[in-house]
Amino acid sequence: MEDRRTVLKSALALGLGVRGLNVLQAQVDDPRKARPQEGDRFVFAFGPRQGETVRVDDVPLASEQLICYAMDPSSGAVRDGSRLNQVLLLRFEPDSLTPETREASADGVVAYSGICTHTGCDIEDWSDEAEFLVCSCHDSEFDPRDGAEVISGPAPRRLPSLPLRSEDGVLVAAGGFSATIRFEKEF
Amino acid sequence: MVDRQAVLRRTVTLLVVCAVVAPAMGQERPYRAVTQERLLAPEPENWLMYRRTYDGWGYSPLDRIDTSNVASLAPVWTFSTSINEGHQAPPIVNDGALFITTPGSRVLALDARTGELLWRFVPELPEDLQQMHPTNRGVALWGDRVYVATVDARLFALDARTGRVAWETAVENYARGYYMTLAPLAVEGKVMVGVSGGEWGIRGFVAAYDADSGDELWKTYTIPGPGEPGHDSWSGDTWRTGGVPVWVTGTYDPELRLSYWGTGNGGPWMGDARPGDNLYATSVLALDVDTGELKAHHQYHWNDSWDWDEVDPPLLIDVERGGSTRKALVHPGRNAYLWVLERSADSIDFLDATRFVYQDVFTSIDPDTGRPEYDPAKTPGTGERAVFCPSWSGAKNWPPAAWNPDTRLLYIPANENTCSYLEGVEAEYRPGRTFMGMEGGFVSREGADHYGELQAWNLDTREKVWTVEFERKLWGPVLTTGGGLVFVGGTSDRYFRAFDAATGELLWRQRTNSGVTGVPTAFEVDGVQYIAVQSGWGVDAQRGTNHLDGAIGTRTYVPQGGVLWVFALPD
Repeated sequence: MEDRRTVLKSALALGLGVRGLNVLQAQVDDPRKARPQEGDRFVFAFGPRQGETVRVDDVPLASEQLICYAMDPSSGAVRDGSRLNQVLLLRFEPDSLTPETREASADGVVAYSGICTHTGCDIEDWSDEAEFLVCSCHDSEFDPRDGAEVISGPAPRRLPSLPLRSEDGVLVAAGGFSATIRFEKEF
Repeated sequence: MVDRQAVLRRTVTLLVVCAVVAPAMGQERPYRAVTQERLLAPEPENWLMYRRTYDGWGYSPLDRIDTSNVASLAPVWTFSTSINEGHQAPPIVNDGALFITTPGSRVLALDARTGELLWRFVPELPEDLQQMHPTNRGVALWGDRVYVATVDARLFALDARTGRVAWETAVENYARGYYMTLAPLAVEGKVMVGVSGGEWGIRGFVAAYDADSGDELWKTYTIPGPGEPGHDSWSGDTWRTGGVPVWVTGTYDPELRLSYWGTGNGGPWMGDARPGDNLYATSVLALDVDTGELKAHHQYHWNDSWDWDEVDPPLLIDVERGGSTRKALVHPGRNAYLWVLERSADSIDFLDATRFVYQDVFTSIDPDTGRPEYDPAKTPGTGERAVFCPSWSGAKNWPPAAWNPDTRLLYIPANENTCSYLEGVEAEYRPGRTFMGMEGGFVSREGADHYGELQAWNLDTREKVWTVEFERKLWGPVLTTGGGLVFVGGTSDRYFRAFDAATGELLWRQRTNSGVTGVPTAFEVDGVQYIAVQSGWGVDAQRGTNHLDGAIGTRTYVPQGGVLWVFALPD
């Protein structure tokens, strides 16, 4: 009940509508819809290894993002109940990361929300040349070595980041997203 | 504590309801019902649908504002929409009640004379909605209701006096990439819409709904299914996710009872990913408004690999050919050709096609059928890069052309000197995710000294009569009037301009808050003629500007934020 009251208050504070209230409540009730949490592992979102746990070595070095979902290790629930839970994993030489980004990384792996802060599109593209994340809807570019800072395009804010640690080569969330997953739904 | 929670819930609910419809509460205003007779022959003072008339002309007969006095045109009121992104909808006016839509599929009803807000409709959008094209192109009017198609693929009927929802229906599932950007088309108690989502692996369609009840009456896919004619123009299962969206409101011939719709390209973008002609992509479709039956079609170009959606429906214009008058369908295409077709009850026949900007892909056009042949070196494919002109934005994008029956000229908002490169990459379909399979960019044609062009064409002689050049690209819908004027915005310098319809001479311009990508309209209230347009840069105009910046090394800043501007002559 305490959780529900918190949800209601949060909704009021944020000025959310009924649909927003329901969404928040669903995140409390359904671990699949809940955002990534401290201690979560990561699993491949698509492809032949869909559902398998992601290790540091699975993330290609200085290459395009790996799209994943977090997984609650206690229940095994994969948090794929909302598109907004997508996590992008990328790996770089640690020395190439900015100090703040390196602080949140694990063995050179960084994690960001896969949702563009402009109009909420999936961040699916990658610039080989610049090594930037690129939104396939409106071409916003983000620098994964610098906290996913906006380099160009209409995105108003950087992508929320997710702190990581590694445990025996397995990637683990060291906390939740640095910011609420939100975008300019109503501009 | 239970009581406290109940209070909280009630408070939240009340807040939401107020946000959506509170301005609508209060007195009801007089409103004249929109009938089929009025849509067929709208009063000169009114603008009752997307292009004012079913033939798609974008022409108002009003002539109080003309070439002799337009220089003194001035703003009389403005209204800020409080929203960013692309404002493209026309101000639609019925006896002084003015309706616009904005990104987010909001509807604003205003007093056309004073700018007073009558009501506001704000649909609640899903938390996880993606918006590749955050825009809306306007409302349809029928009876005493206002219809809006939303970016999460719903259709709403609103009370025109209050904005209250009469009904809503889910046209398709937004989570699978379907959305809508067009103004609905109202004909005889039916409300027709088409779906966007060609970049998301949808299967496009046009559907009709009962204006009173919201019941679906018919639905016609733009990609034929198994057993239907044209299905064999798709290989394997590519038809299931082949795109072919419908972006823009159709036109309508009441004598033939046929509506005409333009269709987008196939998906993914590379033609070699979906071998075959891919009917009815990049085509015009003639649909029976009573049944939805596909009566005829013409495919402008087959197996597209250039993203040349042919989104605009054709304008219905009588043209002279060889001493006889032909009932034509006229389409200035994204593929750079001005297509003139002939329409009848059961066919669409090719008459001719004239190139209106530089294009280097077509090597020939069959004089009997209109079927083009392509230069393979200019046709990108999977793992095969090609550079081609015009760019994937096309010679003319969605902003509608206009036809003036007084000058007998067609006014085309065109773009010259832009080219693209594209290379296909393997694409795997995943529901609700982009399905484009390409990498590419933009280049400027060598020696280019301008990009935007407003062109005036004599359709009888197939000759270009005048051209106005703009330094940057032109993304402006066109209005023409009985006052001998052509109005267009669409440039990144934020101007809204008026030209002499006969000569192309610039007669007036007004710098606005943002870039003007709205459809301009003309109307009259209490004997005063007004010109109205929304200024609000975004979506493809913004993207196209950024692409051109990248190609030529410039950096252009266009502020966002929508404002409706209404102009009139001084008292």
